[in-house]
Amino acid sequence: MTEQRQDSPLVIAGTTYSSRLLVGTGKYKDLDETREAIETSGAEIVTVAVRRTNIGQNPDEPNLLDVISPDKYTILPNTAGCFNAKDAVRTCKLARELMDGHDLVKLEVLADQKTLFPHVTETLKAARELIDDGFKVMVYTSDDPVIAKELEDMGCVAVMPLGSLIGSGLGIRNPYNLMLILENARVPILVDAGVGTASDAAIAMELGCDAILMNTAIAAAGNPVLMASAMKKAVEAGREAYLAGRMPRKLYASASSPIDGTIV
Amino acid sequence: MVVVGLDRLQAGEVNVIKIELNGEPYEAEAGLTISALLVDLGLADKRVAVEYNLEILPKSEHPQTELRAADRVEIVHAIGGG
Repeated sequence: MTEQRQDSPLVIAGTTYSSRLLVGTGKYKDLDETREAIETSGAEIVTVAVRRTNIGQNPDEPNLLDVISPDKYTILPNTAGCFNAKDAVRTCKLARELMDGHDLVKLEVLADQKTLFPHVTETLKAARELIDDGFKVMVYTSDDPVIAKELEDMGCVAVMPLGSLIGSGLGIRNPYNLMLILENARVPILVDAGVGTASDAAIAMELGCDAILMNTAIAAAGNPVLMASAMKKAVEAGREAYLAGRMPRKLYASASSPIDGTIV
Repeated sequence: MVVVGLDRLQAGEVNVIKIELNGEPYEAEAGLTISALLVDLGLADKRVAVEYNLEILPKSEHPQTELRAADRVEIVHAIGGG
């Protein structure tokens, strides 16, 4: 018998969330599809990007935050597209102004366009600056347990290692590194990036991750709304399996039916 | 390039300055406030944030902040992203 685990709520920066699925708002066909997929996912925390307004274009286009209301969702602005600490910090400051002082941000500082791999040294620099400025930082990073610990010790409110590259859909490529990160963590650990389908989400949750952040796996699915539903169930199933405690793996068979009383 | 208050500019009634708006050259009336700029751009009642010469410009300071030549203004909003 494996021991079952005690459930504990997901608490990020002092707020308790009932959904362990966080979703992005990029790559959808239109705002209707965005809204429907996000509603179906059951997510309570939703990421957005901060970008220049299009000067001279129709200003009456529907706004994302009219569809994904900050009254209903916790909006998590990201620093996607930033390749150094300075730009990431600037973006976070603009995001805080945009969100009327709301200071929860997703920090991601990327190394290059091709891999979008986290630029760890710039990430550490930006995280330090943002924390000193009062931001609550959820940080995207590599699956390096040493760096994850350093970001936690620095005061990040959640550490979010990749499962595989952003938008790759390659799933959880190094579960053992995630296990090392989880073993020592005192803040929520979220897999951010890499999930491709429902089983990937379940695997991450079965490892003991506190939550998962995903975008492309839902938005680029053939039917994004149906995939949002699948992801909601996969995250819940994975969490329950983690709490229940899986059976030990064995090399040989172990009969499910009793041997006694067979007619042979 | 977008020109604000074209009729008045053509009439030579106003002093035009060059600024940088969202990374592009832009001509505006000297002394135009950020609030008035947002009105001109159709962004007055939109959820946007403004950076003025690399510093965050709180909403409360939009009405009294006047554009000067070579100012750098960034106006951002939220869009879809992961």
